Amino acid sequence: MIIQKQKAFETILEALEKQEKVFLVGCSDCATTCKTGGEEDLAAMKTRLEASGKTVTGSMVCETACLRGEVRTRIGEHKAEIDGASALLVMACGTAVQTIGEQVEPPVHAGCDSLFIGEVIRQGKFAERCSACGLCVLDETGGICPVTRCSKGLMNGPCGGYSKDGKCEVDPEKDCAWILIYERLKKRGELGKMRKVREAKDQAPANKPRLYQWERPEQKKEPVAK
Amino acid sequence: MSKLQEALQAGGFVVTGEIGPPKGVNLDHMWRDAEYLRGKVAAINVTDIQSSVMRIGSMSVSHMLLDRGLEPIFQMTCRDRNRLALQSDLLSAYSLGVRNVLALTGDHVKLGDHPQAKPVFDLDSVTLLRTMKQLESGKDMAGNDLDGAPSFFKGAVVTPCAEPLEPQIIKMEKKVEAGAQFFQTQAVYEPAAFESFMKRVENLRVPVLVGIVLLKSAGMAKFMNENVAGVRVPEDLIKRMAAASKEDRPKVSVEIAAQIIRAVKGICQGAHIMPLGWDKYVPGVIEAAGLA
Repeated sequence: MIIQKQKAFETILEALEKQEKVFLVGCSDCATTCKTGGEEDLAAMKTRLEASGKTVTGSMVCETACLRGEVRTRIGEHKAEIDGASALLVMACGTAVQTIGEQVEPPVHAGCDSLFIGEVIRQGKFAERCSACGLCVLDETGGICPVTRCSKGLMNGPCGGYSKDGKCEVDPEKDCAWILIYERLKKRGELGKMRKVREAKDQAPANKPRLYQWERPEQKKEPVAK
Repeated sequence: MSKLQEALQAGGFVVTGEIGPPKGVNLDHMWRDAEYLRGKVAAINVTDIQSSVMRIGSMSVSHMLLDRGLEPIFQMTCRDRNRLALQSDLLSAYSLGVRNVLALTGDHVKLGDHPQAKPVFDLDSVTLLRTMKQLESGKDMAGNDLDGAPSFFKGAVVTPCAEPLEPQIIKMEKKVEAGAQFFQTQAVYEPAAFESFMKRVENLRVPVLVGIVLLKSAGMAKFMNENVAGVRVPEDLIKRMAAASKEDRPKVSVEIAAQIIRAVKGICQGAHIMPLGWDKYVPGVIEAAGLA
């Protein structure tokens, strides 16, 4: 899940300074789980914006706001409201902001800070788990990501900074990923994986911006005959 | 062969010291500290943006030490530079006459005074050692031939009192495999714990210099116990520091350091003294430890 939080309302107002008529966009996926851009969240944002003197021309919660096709359809459904707006405020991740921004005329503002790809531990508590580094090494480290969960992203951890409680020197709230890896591999009798001198990670698959496209014809679904 | 390597090969108990480059270009104080170590230690570590606090670089200070007839140990961390810069800096350091290199992963930027900086960690201490070995063989990390290969005396760090200890041992083994030729340890205050550590790594047959950090006060000891990973100052030493008057603290500190060295002299190949600014007491430690 793309974990996100709303920007401070004052920041949003500042961005909308010169724009009085606003159209709101949310998303039923990550933004709803994170309570940044679900139905209720847009309703609450509408109330606050109106109280600050803005006019909300309309709103929509996309099922998945990063699907270009769906976004195109939704924009079509709300054309009049969008055309009547001087700006859009997207209460969802940065991908949503850009997918929508490519398809509408008025400027599109980001209402949220996208934080990380993470696990939803429980409502309101999220932990980063994946860096989308492009070259997954989870199999080598007992299923615990050293790129993401080690503060230094070490391939040959741990460093000398773990506390006796197995916490990271950078943040004592956080576990040392390599102690977690060590304990799990030891339990499984797989410490050999940790003894291996691991090469420096190839950073190339993580270089931005990335475009991924299916190549082989058999990976593409055949269009369903009407 | 570097002077440090020669000293270790000669088999006597080798002592190394350390200076900390300052934040700025006024190096007077640092040179004063270095002079206390002249003739007393086999080599002097120069830290690399220690504690992630921006300072003048270890390469330039290492070079200046050579100019002054002192033997540097160039500390190199992986926090700030990617593999291109690290390889390049190794070639640069070699060309400036530097031979001893201590490969470290490095403290995270969050611990220092520029927490907004981007941490790099393209390599870690293990892969940095490996990279040094590769450069020595005449190739860079990408396999390209070098026109002129450097040669280093490669060092690394280990924390003998870490808990759990096994991950440190595994890492030390990896560092040896990757090319480490000597080790300096994190601060040790418990000879017994150090002895059991040394027993576990004696098969690695690599020189180990026990880390000695001069205690400045009971408060500092307690602070380290709370905040510095893998460093344990036992209660009896804290009591001794607390019992000393402010003027007597250096004397007690020197006594403690010398006692630790004497207790472990027989089971390691040397001592690395980290004075943290108390360089003027280092000659006293060396003498009190019976090493002068």
